Amino acid sequence: MRGATEPLLRVEGLTVNYPGGRAGWLGRERLLVHAVDDVSFTISQGETLGLVGETGSGKTTTGRAVLRRVPLTSGRIWFDGHDITEIGGRELRRLRARMQLVFQDPYASLNPRMTVGDIVAEPLVVHHAVQGRHELRERVRELLRLVGLPPDAASRYPMAFSGGQRQRIGIARALALRPDLVVADEPVSALDVSIRAQVVNLMQDLQEQLGLAYLFIAHDLAVVRHISHRVAIMYAGRIVELAGRDDIYERPLHPYTRALLSAVPIPDPATQRERRRVVLRGEIPSPIRPPAGCRFHTRCPLAEARCRVERPPLVERHPGHRVACWLA
Amino acid sequence: MAHAHAPHEPVEVAATRRQELHRGRPFQAMAAAGDTLRALWHDKAGLLGLVIVVGLAWMAILAPLLAPHDPTAQSLRDRLLPPFWSPGGSFAHPLGTDNLGRDVLSRVIFGSRTSLTVGASVVALAGSAGVLVGLFSGYVGGRLDTVLMRLVDIQIAFPGLLLALLILFMVGPSERTVIAVLALNGWMVYARVTRGTVLSVRETPYVEAAEVIGCGPVRVMLRHVLPNLASPLLTLAVLEFARIVLAEAALSFLGLGIQPPDTSWGLDVATGRDYLYTAWWLVTFPGAAIALTVMGLNLLASWLRIQADPHERARRFATSVLRQRSAT
Amino acid sequence: MSPLLEVRDLEVHFLTPGGTVQAVRGVTFHIDQGESVALVGESGSGKSVTAQAIMGLVELPGHVVAGEVIWKGRPLSAAGRGEVARIRGRELAIVFQDPMTSLNPLLTIGVQITEVLRRHLRLGRRQAAQRALELLDLVGVSSPRQRLRQRPHELSGGMRQRVLIAIALACEPDLLIADEPTTALDVTIQAQILELLRDLRERLGLSLLLITHDLGVVAGTCDRILVMYAGRLAEAGTADEVFARPAHPYTVGLLRSTPRVDVVHPRLIAIEGSPPDLSAPPPGCAFHPRCPVATARCRREPPVLTPLGGREVACWNAFAASGVEATATSHEEVGR
Repeated sequence: MRGATEPLLRVEGLTVNYPGGRAGWLGRERLLVHAVDDVSFTISQGETLGLVGETGSGKTTTGRAVLRRVPLTSGRIWFDGHDITEIGGRELRRLRARMQLVFQDPYASLNPRMTVGDIVAEPLVVHHAVQGRHELRERVRELLRLVGLPPDAASRYPMAFSGGQRQRIGIARALALRPDLVVADEPVSALDVSIRAQVVNLMQDLQEQLGLAYLFIAHDLAVVRHISHRVAIMYAGRIVELAGRDDIYERPLHPYTRALLSAVPIPDPATQRERRRVVLRGEIPSPIRPPAGCRFHTRCPLAEARCRVERPPLVERHPGHRVACWLA
Repeated sequence: MAHAHAPHEPVEVAATRRQELHRGRPFQAMAAAGDTLRALWHDKAGLLGLVIVVGLAWMAILAPLLAPHDPTAQSLRDRLLPPFWSPGGSFAHPLGTDNLGRDVLSRVIFGSRTSLTVGASVVALAGSAGVLVGLFSGYVGGRLDTVLMRLVDIQIAFPGLLLALLILFMVGPSERTVIAVLALNGWMVYARVTRGTVLSVRETPYVEAAEVIGCGPVRVMLRHVLPNLASPLLTLAVLEFARIVLAEAALSFLGLGIQPPDTSWGLDVATGRDYLYTAWWLVTFPGAAIALTVMGLNLLASWLRIQADPHERARRFATSVLRQRSAT
Repeated sequence: MSPLLEVRDLEVHFLTPGGTVQAVRGVTFHIDQGESVALVGESGSGKSVTAQAIMGLVELPGHVVAGEVIWKGRPLSAAGRGEVARIRGRELAIVFQDPMTSLNPLLTIGVQITEVLRRHLRLGRRQAAQRALELLDLVGVSSPRQRLRQRPHELSGGMRQRVLIAIALACEPDLLIADEPTTALDVTIQAQILELLRDLRERLGLSLLLITHDLGVVAGTCDRILVMYAGRLAEAGTADEVFARPAHPYTVGLLRSTPRVDVVHPRLIAIEGSPPDLSAPPPGCAFHPRCPVATARCRREPPVLTPLGGREVACWNAFAASGVEATATSHEEVGR
């Protein structure tokens, strides 16, 4: 029911606010955390969209919202042509088979009391995807092989494995039902530097083999550059720039993107010394009382009067390259 | 051979410790049991606690075989005989007799039955009720949680002893009533501990993972949340057991608990009170039994708590090893 | 001039029921006055434990088995307890990774800074408060007077880290040890903190021992780099030298597997396998199971840190890995 050109995932006007306590006299004022504000993007089959941002950017919440794990305040989500914004109960659980999540923390995302085999098999069991124990064992072995783990890992407990291996187990679990889209929430941030490359390579290979689409959420710009086809930069709940990978990294238009890129340290002393660095002053704004107009204006070296008042829309400046800035 | 391990097997699997070699659940369980016993041996206090508790349990079970006399058999000829090491005492009544000629040792042995029965029954009743309330409260949350927790608060605020005395006074004291009253008074703590554990476990990534792969709420509760309760609840149950033993003794002492001809340590302390200066053994031995039981339970609970905390365990282990080394 | 800090043959073990973990297995290095040195390694390399040992913060189940920490020419083990307490905290200071857990959530920032000043420098209350303001200014905390009355949770992550640095600098130490000071921070905040550290070094002549796993952070901040693996030093040299011409295969692997934001990689070349289990470290060189150029000697003899080509390396086949093209990626190997 999806045309050849229609994207796998389409998100429009996604806004997520959730209650953030009270303030004011006698606690009468109900505070709202504006986690995500009017975010729109698409992901095509087999494509990786890198979602980059710092604390408070809303990238994690966006990922959870796409998976329908947090309630949306407004906006719509289409998956494979179907509007999934309001589905619930059993229909939502069936949707889970096609959209999965890889977690950041390899130590806490696996139940320490279940064997690896049980962990990887659970999605198959819950969705009644296999008949009989023999077939189940076979599928588990196949999944473990797919992520580069020995078959006898199935009878051991997560405790016996290292961080990188546990992340592989988490990936195997996510792939059990052959999803179309995998939301990867900082999948390598908690891993050792020398292991990160292994897992990133694995994810790339799996994408090629299985035609997976990734929503790759991260704060590490270097890793994102390596694995993404397109990149969206988020700041204070909004997308400020969205473009193809090379466009973002080589021709950034938004002042925040430029500052972000120049802040990322490069492991080469000579290059590092010669770089022109834009060091931003100030702090990331609070999501409870975000600045008016363009949310970046409080730290932007180019801010003008208009930026303080009017919110710049995300518009296409070059083909396939969108920016939300009055001065781009 | 180029590698010291099979080419597909990562390094740390090859450089493995004893535990890792045990594959499959039966071996894992045995290894865990072995570790527990070894830990117990290192912590003599915990071992003492376990020995006391187990010893008491056996004493209660085998009471008819162990007790030299019928605890209710009166003999006015042999009243107020001192223990065997005092002048006038004999091995026929090793710990002496009370004012009705009943053998103190037999009464102490049979008294353990009462204490353990009451303790076990109350823990079972209060525990199951409290855990159920805590589970629902923690997992479902929302209004149900608020209502249930207010119920807990109200009952905690109410003076429990007063309530107990009132009920016992009206209904008439007996073992069954004592159990009912103590259970009614003691379920709240289980509810709070369970709810607290459920709330914190709910936030862990692996519970979120279970929901993301499509597990229904029942499966999440049973498979992922419940197993975490075993450890804190076990410690709590043992501590509560100790408290119940004391409470039952206190109630019986006041005449509102176990009634003659049934035996109870508290009851014996009450009757012995009048003879405190003339026949000290009437109060001392039942009192010592109470103290020993409560101490044993507390030592066991303390050890269980430390077992549940891996940091504490590691520190204790290191201290003991270093002490051994400096001693040699 | 003799070095400011010298660490000789340091060994630290952790006693656990599962075995003795040899976290640090013979580490020797020095830091000169005014230098900025990076101690680089992954988790389990022993870098944090080394820092803790220097500061005397190793607690059970860990304990220092052997080795010496020599400060300004005097071994700390020879100094009396009072003098050691004075040195550690006054002349030697440390900043930890997570500002949230390093600051007492119940006390105001002002109290936490002045506490250090009054204890170590015996300043009166008013003097200490004045100095606290100066310190906050030094580390670039905005509205310092207001901040003194706030509690840690009211500040952002970056600001908390600045406060920690202020506390560490309160007694004007000669050496600042920073254990992963920016790992928990956002990229733009990290850049601010690193710039602050550079600035402080220039203004105060501060020596710095920076502990991190991030090679990028090292490249911009440190003159010399010490690469640690499995409790031992693999390579030591100037940052320029080591980055441009890495000698140890581990260093080569690290540099090759780290993606860069300014370069497009067709594929990352990963290091096979995982860091070893330090309760049963492999014989010989700890890196040999993962090393693409390991030989029989590597499996038998642990290499010693020897001077070579302008820096020190602990490898029997130094510089061999730089020329080796990886023939297979890790995950293919693992999957077989």
